[in-house]
Amino acid sequence: MADPTGGNVPSMKMQAAGGGAAARSAPKPAPAAGGKRIEVPIKKAGSGIEDKLHTWPFLVRSEFLMSVAVIVILAVWSLTINAPLEGPANTTRTPNPSKAPWYFLGLQEMLVFFDPWYAGVVLPSFVIVGLMLIPYLDINPKGNGYYTFRERKYEILTFLLGFQVLWVSFIIIGTFFRGPGWNWFWPGQVWDPHLVESLTNVDLPYLFGFRDYTASALFGLSCIVAYFVVGYVLFYMWVRARPANDPWSSFPGGGKELLEHWGPVRFGITGFLFLAMIGVLVKMALRHALNIKYIMVTPWINI
Amino acid sequence: MAKFDLQEVKRQIVESQAWQSIFRHGYEDTPRNRILMVSGNIWLHLHPSKVQRHATRLRFTWCMGGITFLLFLVTVITGIYLMFYYRPTAEYAYADMKYLEFDMPFGMLMRNMHRWAAHGMVIAVWLHMFRVFMTGSYKPPREFNWVVGVILLVLTLLLSFTGYLLPWDQLSIWAVTVGSNMARATPLLGHEGPFHEVLGVNPIYDARAFLFGGSEIGPHTLLRFYILHCIFFPLLASLFMAVHFWRIRRDGISGPL
Ligand code: HEM
Repeated sequence: MADPTGGNVPSMKMQAAGGGAAARSAPKPAPAAGGKRIEVPIKKAGSGIEDKLHTWPFLVRSEFLMSVAVIVILAVWSLTINAPLEGPANTTRTPNPSKAPWYFLGLQEMLVFFDPWYAGVVLPSFVIVGLMLIPYLDINPKGNGYYTFRERKYEILTFLLGFQVLWVSFIIIGTFFRGPGWNWFWPGQVWDPHLVESLTNVDLPYLFGFRDYTASALFGLSCIVAYFVVGYVLFYMWVRARPANDPWSSFPGGGKELLEHWGPVRFGITGFLFLAMIGVLVKMALRHALNIKYIMVTPWINI
Repeated sequence: MAKFDLQEVKRQIVESQAWQSIFRHGYEDTPRNRILMVSGNIWLHLHPSKVQRHATRLRFTWCMGGITFLLFLVTVITGIYLMFYYRPTAEYAYADMKYLEFDMPFGMLMRNMHRWAAHGMVIAVWLHMFRVFMTGSYKPPREFNWVVGVILLVLTLLLSFTGYLLPWDQLSIWAVTVGSNMARATPLLGHEGPFHEVLGVNPIYDARAFLFGGSEIGPHTLLRFYILHCIFFPLLASLFMAVHFWRIRRDGISGPL
């Protein structure tokens, strides 16, 4: 049988099952398709924008093929690699290191830098709430439903910092670079369970010469407050300084117009979440460079 | 003897009352039938009958939402198989794992598929979130579906985490201990957390004890995690997935314009 629909091969196969009569009512081939793509666009008369395909067969077909591929890969994987099963649970024998499941290793890695109440509870809550708030904080109307970097540089860079740099690399570090005592081991390096890295940690107020308890607590608190105040001011100035008439911005008035649309609440929340995220990096830098353990020490909480 | 005619047999079957009561339309490739294929089928009806051209492209969705869902279904099916042989008590759990691995037909395969699909689901949901971010698909009108998505992400992690304990081997109890120990540091609610004095929580009555069902990880924890893993979180995740899919159906897939 001659193929009246040009490259429309899969649907012709189906027609074979349903009888040749179907070919008569089959949709006309799209001239633009040029035999390269096999789908046939259904255009509504009159509207030039509508570019829709029938779900059956076009979407269902890809979904089906993808499902088969996933199941095959999963089955082969499962036939070749066994799920781990170690010795029976024994609450009196703690392995060293004890690692959380890999997707939580980012949080476990945070324990190096923060106390558990922050690393394990407050910080993840910020992450979850922060993620949920993204659509409400991001008021840039551009880049809705397509890939673009230029129209949303700042959003994308921020997300990549949190998503790739922080989260993913901590998981990689936790999985491959941490050994007994949560010490750093290169992959392939022998794990020495007796390795003790001497860390002479010091608190920031101590470094600045504060010996009195109350004074150090107040100093630490002011450091943190100062971090946020300075952070907010810089953030504000930076946003305000965005130039007008940036072709990729939705706000021709530049930073001023952006701030008007953004409003103080969105600005405040965005600033807080952003500074909290950068704070993790700051704390890491302080720890690695100066062996700082805490910035603020109080009888209740240490940061 | 009458000649055997396959076409005739087929015709008789397809035109029988029984067949037609089940399958309401044929397989011809007509525009009408293409729509009926979707709208007449409860499962496919999760889709609209027509989609925008770009939505069918792998490079737009990466297929990751769908793969997440598929892997979820795989864990449900293999999970049911595992449930037949697994008893969530400290005496039996580990032995049942061994039994499953060595004595049950396909036991090891089912266990492997369950575990790897669960890991795959965590990765897939993560990539899905990444693509949704990169296409800016959380922007109006889909803000709330992003929020539902974040809830699903958390539920996916919790499903994986509660399942991690069930083999009741060294790997599982210590990984879960490390993870759950954080709960005792919860501000106000954990007995080692800041301001715990305010509510007067103590090791046997705080956030971690609530999670563990006692002050230490033990048989109660196993039962608790089992119920969360097999009943509570799957139900909750299904509910939120229903909302998620319904919203996608209503708003359509995002796209330029
Ligand atoms: C169990 C977890 C999840 C499942 C099964 C799931 C499933 C899906 C499916 C099948 C789609 C259709 C398009 C596609 O495949 O990309 C979709 C779209 C979407 N998902 Fe998810 N998803 C899950 C988690 C998430 C998460 C974690 C987020 C974000 C934080 C999210 C946000 C969205 C949004 C905003 C859309 C609409 C995208 C658009 O219109 O382009 N989902 N989801």
